Parts: sequence; C-alpha cells; structure tokens
Amino acid sequence: MNYQNLRLRMITLAVLIVGSVFVLVPTFVSSLPQFWQDYLPTRRVSLGLDLQGGTHIVLNVGVADALENTLDRNAEYVRRALEEGATSAEVSRSPGVIRVTVASADADTAVATLQESFPNLAVERSEDGDKAVFDLSFTLAEKDALSDLTVDQALETIRNRIDYLGVTEPVIQREGSDGILIQLPGIQDPERAKELIGRTAILELKLLPDNAEAPERYLSGEAQLPDDWEILEGVEVQVNPNTRLLERSPMKYVVESKTLMTGDTIVNAQPRPGQTALDSPFVEFDLNAQGATLFEDLTAANVNRRMAIVLDNTVYSAPVIRDRIGGGRAVIQGDFQLQEARDLAIVLRAGALPAPVFIAEERTVGPSLGQDSIDSGVLSFVVGGILVVLFMILYYRWAGLLADLAVVLNVVLLLAALALFQATLTLPGIAGIVLTIGMAVDANVLINERIREELRLGKTARAAIEAGYERALPAILDSNVTTFLAGIILFQFGSGPVKGFAVTLCVGIISTVFTAVVGTRTVYDYLLSTRRVQTLSI
Amino acid sequence: MELIKSGTNLDFVGNRMIAIGFSCALVALSLAILAVRGPNYGIDFTGGTLVQLKFGEDQSMDAVREALTPIGMQNAEIQDFTDNFGSAADDGGSEFLIRLPLSNEAVGDTSVRVTDAMRDKFGAEAFVIQRVENVGPRVGEALRTQAILAVLFATVMMGCYIWFRFEMRFGIGAYAALAHDVIVTVGALSLFGYEIDLTVVAGILTVVGYSVNDTVIISDRIRENMRKNRKEPLAKLINRSINETLSRTIITTGTAILVILALFFLGGTVIHTFAFTLLVGFVIGTYSSIFVAAPIVLWFENPGATKAIAAKASAKTA
Repeated sequence: MNYQNLRLRMITLAVLIVGSVFVLVPTFVSSLPQFWQDYLPTRRVSLGLDLQGGTHIVLNVGVADALENTLDRNAEYVRRALEEGATSAEVSRSPGVIRVTVASADADTAVATLQESFPNLAVERSEDGDKAVFDLSFTLAEKDALSDLTVDQALETIRNRIDYLGVTEPVIQREGSDGILIQLPGIQDPERAKELIGRTAILELKLLPDNAEAPERYLSGEAQLPDDWEILEGVEVQVNPNTRLLERSPMKYVVESKTLMTGDTIVNAQPRPGQTALDSPFVEFDLNAQGATLFEDLTAANVNRRMAIVLDNTVYSAPVIRDRIGGGRAVIQGDFQLQEARDLAIVLRAGALPAPVFIAEERTVGPSLGQDSIDSGVLSFVVGGILVVLFMILYYRWAGLLADLAVVLNVVLLLAALALFQATLTLPGIAGIVLTIGMAVDANVLINERIREELRLGKTARAAIEAGYERALPAILDSNVTTFLAGIILFQFGSGPVKGFAVTLCVGIISTVFTAVVGTRTVYDYLLSTRRVQTLSI
Repeated sequence: MELIKSGTNLDFVGNRMIAIGFSCALVALSLAILAVRGPNYGIDFTGGTLVQLKFGEDQSMDAVREALTPIGMQNAEIQDFTDNFGSAADDGGSEFLIRLPLSNEAVGDTSVRVTDAMRDKFGAEAFVIQRVENVGPRVGEALRTQAILAVLFATVMMGCYIWFRFEMRFGIGAYAALAHDVIVTVGALSLFGYEIDLTVVAGILTVVGYSVNDTVIISDRIRENMRKNRKEPLAKLINRSINETLSRTIITTGTAILVILALFFLGGTVIHTFAFTLLVGFVIGTYSSIFVAAPIVLWFENPGATKAIAAKASAKTA
C-alpha cells in the first residue's frame, strides 16, 4: 500500500462508518421521524424466535392419505365412465390401486374408455381366466403434481387459520417436498395455536340409522355391523337432573357411512354465546347457495331422523331433524367453552385441510426466556468486551487503543451488514459475533507483535509498520480464509441455530480482515504522513 | 508490556515425546469415557421432548416428579436448573428441565400432557413455560446426518486448504490436531454430562476453525523461516517458530478465553453448554497447535519437500 491512495482510503473509511451508523439507526431507534421513513433506510436487524420468544413448527403433510382419497374419488368416476360406456365392470380399491375387472370380450372397449377419460392413470393389464384385470394407479408425474397441490392447499388453509390468530409477521412456507415451516413470533398461547393448525377440520353430516342396536353389541360381536354403517366416537351432553348442570360423557354412535354433505360449502362461521346460563356456546355457520339448497333438500327428505354432525371423525351432536331447514344457516352444539367455539368457528371458516398434518418438530421459547437470553447475551458481550478492550490498552498502549477502535468498528460494520441483508439475529448469531471479536483481536495482535519484532531489529517506525503489516498479512489471510471456508460449509449443511452462527461468522470475517488490514493501517499511514510520529507507542 | 520476553526459547520440540505421551493419554481417556458413557445426545439428534419450566416459588425436584406420576412419566429425566450459572431463577424461584424420550404418541402431544399435568398439580399461575421442544424421529435423524456432514466437510475443506497453501505434512499435522481436539472436547462434554445438541455442534465447529487458525499461524511462521534460513535443522527451526509466535498465541487465546468465560458465567442457560465447549476446545486447540501439529511436521521430515518449497520461494522472489 502506498501513500498516494491514503486520501482515498480515508474517504472510504469515513463513508463506511457514516453509512453503517445510518443503516443501524432504525435498529436502535424505535420511532423514526417522518422524513427518515420517507427517504432513509428503514431496514432493521430482526430478532430470532429464540430471542423474542415464539413458536417454530415443522409440519409434515400426510400426502399419502390425500393420494388415497383422490384415488377413491377416481374409482367412482371410473365406475361411472365404464357404466356409461355400457361395459359391466367390477371396480375395487386397494392401497394405491384401482382394480377393474371386466369380461375379456369387453376388454378393448374398457381400455379405450380408460385411456380416453383418465390420462392421469397408468394402466397395467393382466388376464385372469376369461376376465381381464386392469390395475390403475397414478403416474409418477401425476403423483408429484398431486402431492405438490396438496401441500400448497394445506399451506393456504393454515395461512388462513393463522390470520385469524392475529400473529404479527408469521412465517409460513414450504420446506422440502412435504413439509410446511411455520414461525409465530411472540405468540402468547402456543398450545392453542398448535391445536388450531393441526386440526384437519373435515365437517361431515351423516344420518343415524333408525333401527340400530346399541353400539356395544356390535363391538362385542353380538350383532353384525352392516357394511355401510360405522361406529364413531363422540360426546353426549345431558342436563344432570340433580345438579341441573350440563354434563358431557363419552359416547359411541352408530352412523351410516355415507356422507350426505361436507363442510366445503361453508362461507362463514361465528361462535355464539349460549341462550341461557345453562347452555354452552355454540357455532353458527352459513352455507353458500349451492350448499343451502343441498342442505334444505336433505333435511326435507329426512324429517324426524337423527343427523350426526361429525368433525374429524368425532360426533359433536346428533340432533333430530324437526323440519326442513332453509336459508343455509345451521348450528353445531356440543358443550363448548367459548374459546373452543371460537376456534371451531375459525377452522370452519378457513376450511378443511386436504390431508391430515403431523408435527415433525416444534420449538417454543417463552417470552421471558427470550428476554433473559437477550439480557444475559448483552451482559456477557459487554463484560467480555470491556475485559478485552482494557487488556489491549494495557498491553499495547496507543496501538492497543487503535486495535480496540478497529474491533468496535468491526462490530458496527457487521451489524450494519446484518441490517442491510435483513438477517435475523439469533442466540448462536450472538455467539458468532463474540467469536468475530476474538478473530479481530487476533488479527490486531498478529500485526502488533510483528511491528514489535521489527522494531526490536532496530527499524524506524515507518519501516517497522510497513514490514509488520506485510509479514502479518499471509497469516491473517490464511487463518481467516480457513475459518471462512468452515463458515460456508456450516451455512450449507447446518440447520437452524448452526446457520445463524455461520452467517454472522462469515460476514464478521470479511469485516475483520478489512478493519484490521485496511482500517488500522490507514490511521498509521495518516499519522506517518503528517510526520508527527517518530516513536511508536506499542 | 510484554508477557513473553523476546528471545524466549523454550524447548517445545525437544520435549515433544512427553507431549505426545500426554496427548495420547488424553485421547485414550476421552475415547474410554465415550465408550463407557457414550456421547450424551440431546433431543435434537435422538428425537424426544424437552420442557423447561420456571416456578415463581421454590419447588423441589420430587414435587415435579410427583406431578408427572399421574400421566406415567415419572421416569422422565429432570434437571434442576435453579442454581445453574446464568439461570434466570435467582429471585427465589426455581427452574427445571424435563426431558422425555420419543414415544408412540404424536409429536407435539407429549409436551402438552406434561404442561397439563403441571397445571393440575401446581395451578396455572405457579409457573411459566420457558421452552418447549418436540423433535420427531425423522427430523432427529436428518439433523444428525446434517451435523455429521457439516463437521466432516468443514474439516476436510480446511485440511485441503492447508495442504494447498503449505505442504502435505502441514495438512496431516492439522488433521491430527483437529481429530485430537474434537475427540478430547467431546470426551469432556461426556465427562461433565453435557448434552450434545445442535448448538454444541456449532461450538465444536468453532473449535475446529479456531484450532486450524492457530495451526496456520504457526505453520506460516515455520514456512517463512524455512525460506529465510535453509540450513537450520528443522527441529530447531520449528522450535524457534513456535517461540516467536508464542506471545501472539498466548495473548490471542487469553483474550478469547476472557470473552468465553464471560459467556460461560453470564451468558444464560441456553448458551452455557456452548460456552463450555469453546472453553475446553480453545485450550486444547491452542495446546495441539504447538504440541501435536508442529511435531508431526517434523516427523514427516523430507528434505526433498523442504528443498522444493525453498525453490518455490526463491522463484517467487526472483
């Protein structure tokens, strides 16, 4: 480095320092004046969930279930298509496959129909005596597309549900092929959020058979359960005649398997308080025009029968249909707490998930631990920093003070870069900053030790500084490049906390090399160029 | 001020046999601890549930265990955090960490059952939930693979860089020092019962980076001295290089350890294990750069290589 570009270096440094401070103002000042919001940078360093508290959830979407459901529907279409083509066929289902059996004579027409109407299904043909058997399954491309669609739909539904929760700046994004990552900063009741997100929320209306026996008799095998009936769990709500209070007890229901209607035509749902003190809150929902007509028809056709309101395979209530219900408005009762009724209304409004979801990973940090971590992080940072600063001044005197300034500038540059990239600062990120300080001190120590060595050889201040920087440079570069490589690998392969650490480490290394090699050197060169320095305080 | 007088010439290389014996003993001891106790993997890698609770009033561990009995979780691992360094519960309350292995129930339900059981026994207002983690088996496995890959790749990359910048024997020395540092650090974690989780893996990688950094500084000085003085016997040259950089080594390690001690004592519960990892690793890393990496360079003494590098150097200056 020569003295000609000293002015340029000084200007660069000044611009960097002023720029960094400007970039950092929004991070440290909570209410910015209007002109600042209009014309100057407003990006800030945001705090990770581990520092501000919140919940991080990774969900796996049960894509396989969604595929089976779609295949179920397709089986129905296949049956109809073959019937329309006047082919008598037997259609059955096993996991992943629709099996179509037709007489060999009809095989060719069947194949033509299938290939024309169902290009998304792969057909595998085999012979079984005088019958032809076709196994239909989704093509690989179709499977991928369906999975993709399912996860996207689930994500949309979950986003809608979270919107009702009123969380500020939630993160909801896909992760991998079948995962959804959800981050809810500062959430007060993570358990409720989990419940709300994880619920499939498929609402079904099913009739209770008139002539059914007690469910227990079917379960014990005393009576044979007909094929098109099933037994569902549920609760029964009754007024206790002694206490006159509502009591809920678990109860099994025998219902007809056929679903008369699902909740996908619901356009709105609200929780309502009970009419009297004894009633529990209930949920009222509105159907769209199509749903309203369907609902009116099916209630008209089944007056005086009991209809079960089933949510996620649990019977909530099974009222008797007294009369045709028009207007597309109905209620779900079932001994709710007000909060439960509210959450039920939310999931009905936001719609059902296309497939069940499972929690793969959940990490929640309470707001008090987050604050504790910030406090202790800052405290250890300040204490550690002061110790190092004092030691450097004690050991290297004025040169030590200069090194300290370089380290402080280093931290300022690092934070400014984080603010510019809108990076998230996590606890391991703070650890990365602490390590950066260590590396920055090391670079300055290497330089200062070298200058001392050169001075001992009897060189002048200027020659010693020049030789000191030159000799220390390879060691500083090599050591920082190796750590930088490690940081990149960490970023590539690491997850969560490791990544946060890697980001601050890598950015920190760049600012370390810059401040130690260019920053302090510029100050020395400036002092030397004014010729005030004959001896070094080092 | 000077800590190490200039011209200090401690005989590091001459005493290398003692150092090698000590290093081998350390590694053997660490491996023995790991063989007997096994590395104590946290739920990040095994899957499972962790619940950290802070009570406003003093509670005993037995009371917490009792609360878990009705839900059949009385065998949970409970750790009393109250008197730990950096625990937030120094205002008369108490703090506990409850750990549960993976179970058959859906991931995410276990922690809810734990907190419900606590509410049943102590009341909802008696405690706050500090931290909840539920990690499913698939995630645990993926994180384990990722962590192992990260450590391996980082180590290989750094070794290659040293090989590329210096010579093969410096690379081998660095690898030996790294293996030494990682084994001893993990052994120490196991000895003191610290769990290995994702944050600790980040810590181990920091140690790796730091140890390489130290090795690079000393190797750099050895290389420089080789160029300046081609006739000096390698053993003497290496010893001189170590002594010349000793002041820097001690100051850098010293300041780094000052900062880490602050993290260790004041950094809070979450960062405590991370700070411990760095503390052990930095001390061991500094030791190994002097006593493991440098002697190995000597071990692989190869006049051809020395000549080659000297020729390279003179070609550069010419």
